[in-house]
Amino acid sequence: MKSGFTIRKYQSFFRLRFVMGLQYRAAALAGITTQFAWGFLAIMAFSAFYETDPAAFPMSFQDTVTYIWLQQAFLALFNTWMLENEIFDTISGGNIAYELCRPIRIYNMWIARSLANRFSRAVLRCLPILIVAFLVPAPYRMVLPPDVPTFLLFVLSAVLGTSVATAFCMIVYGLTFFTISPQGVRILFASLVDFLAGGIIPIPFMPDGVRRVMELLPFASMQNAPLRIFTGSLSAQETARMLGLQFFWLIALVLIGSSLCRVAERKACIQGG
Amino acid sequence: MITMENVSKSYKVAKRNAGFGEAVKSLFHREYETIHALKNVSFTIGDGEMVGYIGPNGAGKSSTIKILSGILTPDGGTVLVDGRVPYKDRIRHVKEIGVVFGQRSQLWWDIPVIDSFELLKDIYSISPQSYKQNLEELTDLLDLKELLRSPTRQLSLGQRMRCELAASLLHDPKILFLDEPTIGLDAVSKLAVREFIRKRNKLHGTTVLLTTHDMQDIEALSDRIILIGKGEILMDGTLDDIKKGNETIDETVAELYRSFDV
Amino acid sequence: MKNPFSEKPIRSTKKTSALKLWMRYVGINVRCAMQYKMSFFMMVLGQFFVSFSVFLGIYFMFQRFHSVKGYSYNEVLLCYATILMEFSLAEMTARGFDSFSSMVRTGSFDQVLVRPRNEVLQVLGSKFELTRIGRMLQALLMFVYAIPRCGVDWNFAKAVTLLFMLIGGTALFSGIFMIYAAFCFFTLEGLEFMNVFTDGAKEHGKYPIDVYGKKMLLFGTFFVPYALVQYYPLCYVIGKSDNPLYIFLPLLAILFLIPSYLFWRFGVRRYCSSGS
Repeated sequence: MKSGFTIRKYQSFFRLRFVMGLQYRAAALAGITTQFAWGFLAIMAFSAFYETDPAAFPMSFQDTVTYIWLQQAFLALFNTWMLENEIFDTISGGNIAYELCRPIRIYNMWIARSLANRFSRAVLRCLPILIVAFLVPAPYRMVLPPDVPTFLLFVLSAVLGTSVATAFCMIVYGLTFFTISPQGVRILFASLVDFLAGGIIPIPFMPDGVRRVMELLPFASMQNAPLRIFTGSLSAQETARMLGLQFFWLIALVLIGSSLCRVAERKACIQGG
Repeated sequence: MITMENVSKSYKVAKRNAGFGEAVKSLFHREYETIHALKNVSFTIGDGEMVGYIGPNGAGKSSTIKILSGILTPDGGTVLVDGRVPYKDRIRHVKEIGVVFGQRSQLWWDIPVIDSFELLKDIYSISPQSYKQNLEELTDLLDLKELLRSPTRQLSLGQRMRCELAASLLHDPKILFLDEPTIGLDAVSKLAVREFIRKRNKLHGTTVLLTTHDMQDIEALSDRIILIGKGEILMDGTLDDIKKGNETIDETVAELYRSFDV
Repeated sequence: MKNPFSEKPIRSTKKTSALKLWMRYVGINVRCAMQYKMSFFMMVLGQFFVSFSVFLGIYFMFQRFHSVKGYSYNEVLLCYATILMEFSLAEMTARGFDSFSSMVRTGSFDQVLVRPRNEVLQVLGSKFELTRIGRMLQALLMFVYAIPRCGVDWNFAKAVTLLFMLIGGTALFSGIFMIYAAFCFFTLEGLEFMNVFTDGAKEHGKYPIDVYGKKMLLFGTFFVPYALVQYYPLCYVIGKSDNPLYIFLPLLAILFLIPSYLFWRFGVRRYCSSGS
């Protein structure tokens, strides 16, 4: 009874954010255009590299194209820089006092909010991008996963990736309790993490030594894992390893984030926000 | 002299309904509705007059102030302020007026107030001697001496409003528009602001048009009241015209709003 | 007591010059930024890292590929350094346009309109973003590295071309920021798509535009003239072309400010008629 009630609280947060996300249709359209242009330019650049030296490609051109389209389509799910200004303002502006008054854990509330935000954005944006990605002429066209099990593994990995990314953002929010410059923290994290997650260059394109280290970091568990699994060109062993790492990092990041938030809550209570 | 004749203004706003289904629907189709902010508004304000402009929220007060200060172009009608059409020659017009938006700040948040004033000196190209003279007078009347060296962010709301008033009078305008100048102020600050506006009017003959929800402002400052509701001028007269017997001014105005159904 | 209707001392007749006023705005902005030194420092560092990660991307790609469409690593660095410098200069000076949506949202544009100065000057003055020196530092480092190594036989004409690229590119990006701001008068939603032309051009402009294909080159020549400040003059500098016309093409990009300004004016007029 009590837990059902709690879940309903988070559900209502979730629905609120979702409806809010849907209302901004112009924003969605703009996002789609932006991400499509971004993907297109990235693919054209890779195609120029492919023309120059196809032998140096770490995966097939087809897989690269699919990786990039998926990356753009599901940008809202996996990225770590889509932090919410509202949460930052709550912390720095002292409105956190209100949130602390509510019978709800800050960590859980923020995670519900962020997930809702990500899903509402992704739902609106992924379909048009995917449709276009399946319609463009052959070498630049996205391909489907080879079989249903691969697709299911991709879905599992995507859910884990979204959760890892969200859990990471929670840590960033938590850290802003302890710093005087949330904007600085944010921008530092944003660029570094985007790079480590493969947002600038897909991780397979990194030199081997660098790549091996990057694949172990939590950031590779955000988008790199699902995007690689989708094309079905990984061995079963590699897939299993990636999923295992995703599980590991999800648990680790949630533990770190929630204890960080607990300390922060206590700090906010003592200092009066 | 300020004249508004048959001025009207309308806006189009998108409707947004609550609920999940409505949100999805509005993805594809959006309805607009037209809001008539001003309907044939006419009035004249003479030089040196102090006029209180009252009405409920959304009645059209801000639109009027925006039109008079050259920010907004009306749909129809004629507007003349000292012979100028505000929205036709904005730059020449705004040189001669002062505007205070009570809910916003024109001062830079992080630097001492005096630095914002120095910037205004350059924006309005005020000569050094008149700047010095005006600043001295304003500092004196508004008791700013202690405030000028502190950054705006450290001022209380009342202190800030005193600085805002000074900022909009540095260039010595003949006309002053005040949009809710006493909003959120404590009793002492309110009195100080009212006192200052009255003095300014008396000493310089400044024409003042002020909007407010605080009827004590009206009582203290203006002999003349213009009441606007739903975009129309409902009443233009003196406080005595509408006051009956021993009612307080708040009761009087509340009754007025009720009688006009606004 | 003073006579209430006495004439005040004569108003100053000399108008403060726009440049002097702008300098004063810059001074104020810098002093505001210095109020939060730690935050400022973090932002500079952050700006540096944003572009540093793009540089790392180029570096790692060239570990694997050595060249792209005939451009060497050092030539690409020269190209990216130029675009980055242009973009940062424009962002530093025209940041008021880049963050204009908040000015419309909070109504502070009304304050601009009640001041007797040109709106563009006031908006430019409202925000001077000194933190962008972080990015300029990155561009500068790449210049220092790439200029002696890119195999260019530097002479006066080539140095002037590079200078023209910086001037033309800064003007072009400022124009794009102005268009972005003008859109804010019509809608505050969906302005994200302008990122393609600003951040997108900065990031993807790391490679000469013909890398993205013939159609993109045409787009960048005739629609939004990126190629005029990037591809053509770069070809002249690195010796892919010896057409002397290419030296002056970047200056042609300055003309982009004309339609930008007209659109901005159109937006201001619309703001004044809708007041939203």
